[in-house]
Amino acid sequence: MRLFELRQISKNFGAIQALSNVDLKIDAGEVLGLMGDNGAGKSTLIKIMAGNFPPSGGEIRLKGEKVEFHGPVDARRKGVEVVYQDLALCDNLTAAENVFLGREAKRRFGPFQFIHYAEMFRQAARHFAELKSETRPRDLVKQMSGGQRQAVAIARTRLSNPDIVLMDEPTAAISVRQVAEVLDLIRRLRDQGIAVILISHRMPDVFAVCDHVSVMRRGRVVADKPISQTSPEEVTGLITGAIETA
Amino acid sequence: MSVAVEEVSSQREHGLLRAVVMSQPFWVTIALAIMCAVMGKVSDVFLTDDNFFNVTRNFSFIGILALGMTAVIITRGIDLSVGSIVGVSGIVCAMVLNAGYSWWVGIGAGLLAAVACGFVNGVLVAYMNLSSFIVTLGMFAVARSLAQVLSQNRMIYQFGPDEKLFEEIGGGSILGIANTFIVLLALTIVFMIAFRYTTWGRWVYAIGGNEHAARLTGVPVNRVKLSVYMLSGLMSGICAVLLVGWQGAAINAMGTGYELRAIASSVIGGTDLMGGAGGAYGAFIGAALIEVIRNSLLLAGVDANWEGTFVGLFIVFAVMLSKFRGMRSG
Repeated sequence: MRLFELRQISKNFGAIQALSNVDLKIDAGEVLGLMGDNGAGKSTLIKIMAGNFPPSGGEIRLKGEKVEFHGPVDARRKGVEVVYQDLALCDNLTAAENVFLGREAKRRFGPFQFIHYAEMFRQAARHFAELKSETRPRDLVKQMSGGQRQAVAIARTRLSNPDIVLMDEPTAAISVRQVAEVLDLIRRLRDQGIAVILISHRMPDVFAVCDHVSVMRRGRVVADKPISQTSPEEVTGLITGAIETA
Repeated sequence: MSVAVEEVSSQREHGLLRAVVMSQPFWVTIALAIMCAVMGKVSDVFLTDDNFFNVTRNFSFIGILALGMTAVIITRGIDLSVGSIVGVSGIVCAMVLNAGYSWWVGIGAGLLAAVACGFVNGVLVAYMNLSSFIVTLGMFAVARSLAQVLSQNRMIYQFGPDEKLFEEIGGGSILGIANTFIVLLALTIVFMIAFRYTTWGRWVYAIGGNEHAARLTGVPVNRVKLSVYMLSGLMSGICAVLLVGWQGAAINAMGTGYELRAIASSVIGGTDLMGGAGGAYGAFIGAALIEVIRNSLLLAGVDANWEGTFVGLFIVFAVMLSKFRGMRSG
C-alpha cells in the first residue's frame, strides 16, 4: 500500500490542458524531487495536491483510500501540509505565532478563551530543536534570515503530524549556507517518517536529498526514476526535451 | 548541540524593556507628560480638577472612535465613515427617545443603526473585495445624508421619560471622573486584551501583516475583516449615544470631522497605515495628546484656529518617526 498516490490526474483550464494523466507515488520516509521547466505543470500539480483546486480527472489516494480535498485547510486536516514558495509568513508576528497561525493554543477562563503563549513558545521551541534550527520562538519573523524563515514555515507543518509535506522551491531565493540548512531540515522530516515532495529548479539540491525524481514536461510525467539510476545530465535532457522519456 | 539550540530558543531578540522604549506610544506618552508639566508651570488652570475633567471627557469621544479605527487600520483598511455614523446613530437614538421609549431602547436603537452601517462597510470590503477607502467614503456621504433626512434638519432635545437618566449617562460622572472617560478606559482595556490574548486579535494583526498567508493557514479572513468594520461601527454608536447625552441635544452635524481626528489619534499612537502594527494604548494616548494640544492652545490664548495646524504637524511627525524607526530595525 502506497502512502500517497496520484492516478491519471488531469487538469484543464478551458481549452488549455495543463496536466494529462499524471501518475505519482511516494512512500513514508521518502523524498521525491519534482522537476520541470516553467510551464511544465508543477505549480498546477502542487495546487491539486494541496487542495487549492480539484483535478478535472483522475484520483488522489492517501493510504490506499481515495480522497478529495475541499480547500487547503481540508487537505491539511487529512495529512497534507504545504510549505509555500513565499512561505506564507506574517513578518509582523513572532515565530511561534506564525507556527500556530490559524490553530493557536488556547486556555479557557470562564466563558472566554485566551491565547496560551507559554504553551505556544514551548511547543515551537521543541519543534525548532527537533529541526536543529537556531530559531527563537519569541523573535519577530521580520528580523530572521532566509534559513530561519524556512524553519518557521517547516515547523508549522509539524503541528499536525502530517503524512506528506509538499515544499515548493524552498531553496530558490536564499544563500548557499542557508540552502544547506534547508536541505538538512528536509532530511530531518524524512528521518521522522514523513514523505516529502520537493519541487525545485536546482539540480544539486534534488540530487543531494531526493530518493526519487519525477520529471515533468508539457503537463506530463516523462520520467520517474530512483536518483541512483539517473544523472543530472539525463534529468536536464528530460526537462528540456532533448531526451523524450526515460 | 541540542542543549545549545534549546538555550538559544528561549532567548529573545529584544528584551521587554527595549521593546517598550522602542515603541511609539512610549514616546507619545513622554511628549504628553512634558507638555502637561510645561502647561502646569505656565497656566494656573491647566492642572485643576475642572480642567482635567474637561480634557478627559473631551478626548474620550475621539478615543472611543480611535479604538475601532485602530482595529480597522491594523487589517490594512481605513474607516472614513465613523464621523457620519456618529451623526446618524445619534439622530436615531434621539428620535427613538423622543418618541417616548425608555433609555435602553433608545441607546439600543442608536447602537444598532451604527453597527448596521459598519456591517454594510464590512460586507462590501470583505466579501465584495472593494477598497475600504472608497466603500467608507461612500458611507461617509450616505450616513450623513440619512442623518439629515431622518432629522429633517431639526434639533432634537426632548428625550422622553428617561431624559434625566439618559443625559446622566453621557454627561455625568462617578467619583469626579467623567462617565465617558470611564467608558473609554474600560474599552481600552478590553481592546488591549482582545488584541493580545484572543485569536481574533492575532488574526487582525496577521491579516495586516500578510493577508494571503493568513488565508492559506486557515484564518477566516473575510469574517475577521467584516468584524472590524462592525466593531468600528459599534464604537461610533457608543460615541454617539454618549455625545447626545452629554450635549443634551442631537443635531445631524454631530461627529463632523471626527473621522480625521480618530485616524490622527491612531496614527500618532503608532498604528501603521500599511497594516499589521498598532495598539489600543496607542489610540488612547494619541487621542489624549491631540486634546491636550487643543486645550493648551486654548489656555495659552492662542487663536483656536491654529489647532488643525498643530494636529497636522503631529500626524506628519508621527509618521516620520515610525518610518525612521522602521529604517533602523529593518
